[in-house]
Amino acid sequence: MTILLNGESFQTDGPLSVSRLLDGLDIDPRRVAVEHNRTVLKKAAYGITVVREGDEVEVVNFVGGG
Amino acid sequence: MADSPLVIAGRPFRSRLIVGTGKYPSNAIMVRAHEASGAEMVTVAVRRVELNRSRESLLDHIDTERYFLLPNTAGCYTADDAVRAARLGREAGLSNWVKLEVIGDEKTLFPDNEALVEATRILVGEGFVVLPYTNDDPVTCRKLEDAGAAAVMPLGAPIGSGLGVQNPNNIGLIQEAAGVPVIVDAGVGTASDAAVAMELGIDGVLMNTGIAGADDPVAMAEAMKLAVRAGRLAHLAGRIPRKRYATASSPLEGVVGS
Repeated sequence: MTILLNGESFQTDGPLSVSRLLDGLDIDPRRVAVEHNRTVLKKAAYGITVVREGDEVEVVNFVGGG
Repeated sequence: MADSPLVIAGRPFRSRLIVGTGKYPSNAIMVRAHEASGAEMVTVAVRRVELNRSRESLLDHIDTERYFLLPNTAGCYTADDAVRAARLGREAGLSNWVKLEVIGDEKTLFPDNEALVEATRILVGEGFVVLPYTNDDPVTCRKLEDAGAAAVMPLGAPIGSGLGVQNPNNIGLIQEAAGVPVIVDAGVGTASDAAVAMELGIDGVLMNTGIAGADDPVAMAEAMKLAVRAGRLAHLAGRIPRKRYATASSPLEGVVGS
């Protein structure tokens, strides 16, 4: 399936949970925040939130800033 | 002389200096600069994870037991985007504090006051502790406070400009009127700028480029720590009035030969 990940088209097998998506991307879930179709997810929801064809996902983390 | 802590939304900070995490020559220098600054609160930005990049995280270099993280909404130009960034920052950092920025102009990075007040109202309604970066305008600061801001953070000068406090009179007026802490945020270029800001009676100073961009960020961080403390003490001590002519420090009587 194709999703929009951080503003870019991204191919992955699916549907799959946000946890599985992060795992596949080698991203530590403790260090990021995830938005699924414009809704910010609680970390506890990563395992039960299902990403489907055409969904929009944003994965952000902290970087240096003032 | 003992000083009271800086208290924002009920949380006390011994240091009145808040520092950024951007633009350091290296993470190692940032770590040492943070230590030298004595700051207890550091700002961070929220950005998309770069996929297929190194797994190293900024948080590998910030001891969150020691430093309180203040996520910002830098780079946001609308209230909607700033609210969205704040919500993401809350999940990434697990605190409900946000340094709210809604920028209105690319060249000056001056805030969009209208959108800033709107975003403040929305985020306060969602339980955030909102610290808005604002113009040095007493009316806007009053509106932000009315909207529930936990502090107001007027700029001393444009972000990264190093020009120092451009309108000390306005900063003084904001301080006099405010019922919440006033933090001068942005524009500090060197230690005297920080001292001048604190001498105006404000509660704290936030800076990033002034330290990170110095030739020796660690030394400048220490200079800023001392300047913030010196300016604070001078304010508490109560300076002498300015006069146009001299007043002798030594007795006028008993001068030899008179």
